[in-house]
Amino acid sequence: MKLSFRNILKSLWQRKLPRLSLILLGLLGLMAINASWLASSTPLYAVYQDKTYFPILREIWPLNHLDLYPELQSIEWNNLDKKSLILPLIPYSPDDYDLDAILEAPSLKHPLGTDDQGRDLLSRIIHGSKISLSVGFIAVGIYVSIGLLLGALAGYFGGKTDFLLSRLIEIVICFPTFFLILTLVGVLERSLFYIMLAIGLTGWTGIARLVRGEFLKLKNQDFMTAARTLGLSDTRLIFYHLLPNSLAPVLVSATFGMASAILIESSLSFLGFGVPPPTPSWGQLLSSARGFMDMAWWLALFPGLAIFLSITTLNLLGEGLRDVLDPKLKRV
Amino acid sequence: MGTYILKRLMIFPVTLFGITLITFFVMKLAPGNPVATKMQAAQGLQSEALSGEVYEQTLKLYGLKVDLPKSYENFIAWSTKIIHGRDSKESPPFTRKALYEIGQATFQYITWLKGLAQLNFGSSLKDFRPVWDKIKEALPITLILNLISLFIVYFVSIPMGAYSALKRGGLWDQTTMILMFFLYSLPSFWIATLLLVYFAEGDFLGWFPLGGLTSDGAEVLPWFQQLGDFLWHLVLPVIAMVYGSFAFLSRFSRSVVLESLHEDFVRTARAKGLNKSAALWKHAFRHSLIPLITIMGTLLPALLGGSVIIEQIFNIPGMGRLAFESVLARDYPTIMAIATLSAFLTLVSLLLSDLSYAWVDPRVKLEQKSL
Repeated sequence: MKLSFRNILKSLWQRKLPRLSLILLGLLGLMAINASWLASSTPLYAVYQDKTYFPILREIWPLNHLDLYPELQSIEWNNLDKKSLILPLIPYSPDDYDLDAILEAPSLKHPLGTDDQGRDLLSRIIHGSKISLSVGFIAVGIYVSIGLLLGALAGYFGGKTDFLLSRLIEIVICFPTFFLILTLVGVLERSLFYIMLAIGLTGWTGIARLVRGEFLKLKNQDFMTAARTLGLSDTRLIFYHLLPNSLAPVLVSATFGMASAILIESSLSFLGFGVPPPTPSWGQLLSSARGFMDMAWWLALFPGLAIFLSITTLNLLGEGLRDVLDPKLKRV
Repeated sequence: MGTYILKRLMIFPVTLFGITLITFFVMKLAPGNPVATKMQAAQGLQSEALSGEVYEQTLKLYGLKVDLPKSYENFIAWSTKIIHGRDSKESPPFTRKALYEIGQATFQYITWLKGLAQLNFGSSLKDFRPVWDKIKEALPITLILNLISLFIVYFVSIPMGAYSALKRGGLWDQTTMILMFFLYSLPSFWIATLLLVYFAEGDFLGWFPLGGLTSDGAEVLPWFQQLGDFLWHLVLPVIAMVYGSFAFLSRFSRSVVLESLHEDFVRTARAKGLNKSAALWKHAFRHSLIPLITIMGTLLPALLGGSVIIEQIFNIPGMGRLAFESVLARDYPTIMAIATLSAFLTLVSLLLSDLSYAWVDPRVKLEQKSL
């Protein structure tokens, strides 16, 4: 069977648990992408002075950089006639505080309850998924690129290059990853980009070792000898012949890596080194729940569940991918 | 075999050198001058009030500035003259400045390395105590915590995995696999927080203390009660630390035992008439202990890293909390010391596990090439 993206997806879909994880991951992704209009107090549609508006467009990237509807800047939506409005599914923005609804238990009005400032927890969790998933994707993207490049160089050229790169890998492995990330993030200013960068700069060793091993294995196979005889350049050999053949284990490792990147980001936020407020992130929600544990169980339960669910989903997908891509391992 | 060990041992100092180099220069590149920040905080934000003399002295005290040797000063003057044709002290040309900075970095690094060799990590920027003293207090606590955790992880997950391998596909195998999978995905800081709320002095079940390592006034108790008190404090943190590793190790032991169950010598033992469990425990299991023990080298660093969060939540004064607090206070000497020391420990444990593996299993020498 040819190993194409479509075939992999197809064989994942044929298995029960991987299918479930694909669906869940898709839902999580949709939630993160559509967060800005799923949970917001800005109406989707409004009629104001006999003109129709779509005020939500103001909240959606990249339209939020334009000055849409300047005449609506100072309107209090709550004061308008409810009939002339269509509000989003969860009609609260993550930062809308409501001092009359402090620490309310889950109810129809607030499905997951409210926090100590009366902010809707569901809305905060939905907006927090943006942070977690983007860290997962981008940090892993950074380290897969570094790992692919360095692993390919080490495996292809061997000799001195391999020796030096292997030492570099060994050195980076020796540092305790979480402490290193904590230090990088703690020393630099607090921003989402630096968190992604720190995870990316420390996580590439696993990928590099995998790719290096695959290259060593593939380098002397017949198809490579044939390709070399044709007089192809090193670049072409690496990128067109070796790399595509060694991507399978990288894909598995990257999926597990995404789960651990999400875990690292939420641990950092929990320790107070995450994205600066007011942007909500799951770890930070959990951390701020610690003060109200005996009064408000929902504050600690739901963000924790969100982290747990996304990590489980990614791990399940990783397991499924491994089964699909590596029939050798399935036997054991 | 001999060449393999020799090769590994010769590479060791190279890697160690790389570790110190990276630690030093990453900290050098960090923005902000910690001494200036400290002094400004002490003197009430008057940056002008930092008199040149005192500032220089403090910088030198923390190894952020060193006196360049005379010969290097001469070298700077000489190369500046050659490149620019003159050497004026008043308005230093670019070359002079660059060479000065390079010299500073190099000689600071050398001074720091000399200190490292004598276990002198400088003094903390936070409370001005020697860093080595702080580490000496914190390290044993973390080691005890990790050794207990490691012991429990091995004690529980190896028999569990071996039993799963024996009854492969059975009810036990499937339920533990699913359970372990979920345990593996539970974030430890979440579990730690929940444990604290529900099982430590609170409104629910106040079975365990809220944190720390000893109760108030425990010093006057007889030793066995002190020990009991200490262990009582360790229950929750140890639970929070071990459950994630259960999944990893029990799966590993399952697959290792499964593999050795298929080996020829196990089949021979079965053919001799040994029953399945005797063949498992006496033959297959012993054989699979080798990779299980050597994997400890890779498990230890993970546990050490995980203790940052656990120690912070349970208020345990070990290396993890020291690390966290020094990052919080931008205490560069302590951060550098912890990074170097833990990288060194990891390097040693990786080396030991590689060597013991090669010693136990002579086939390893075939892998020399893929060093």
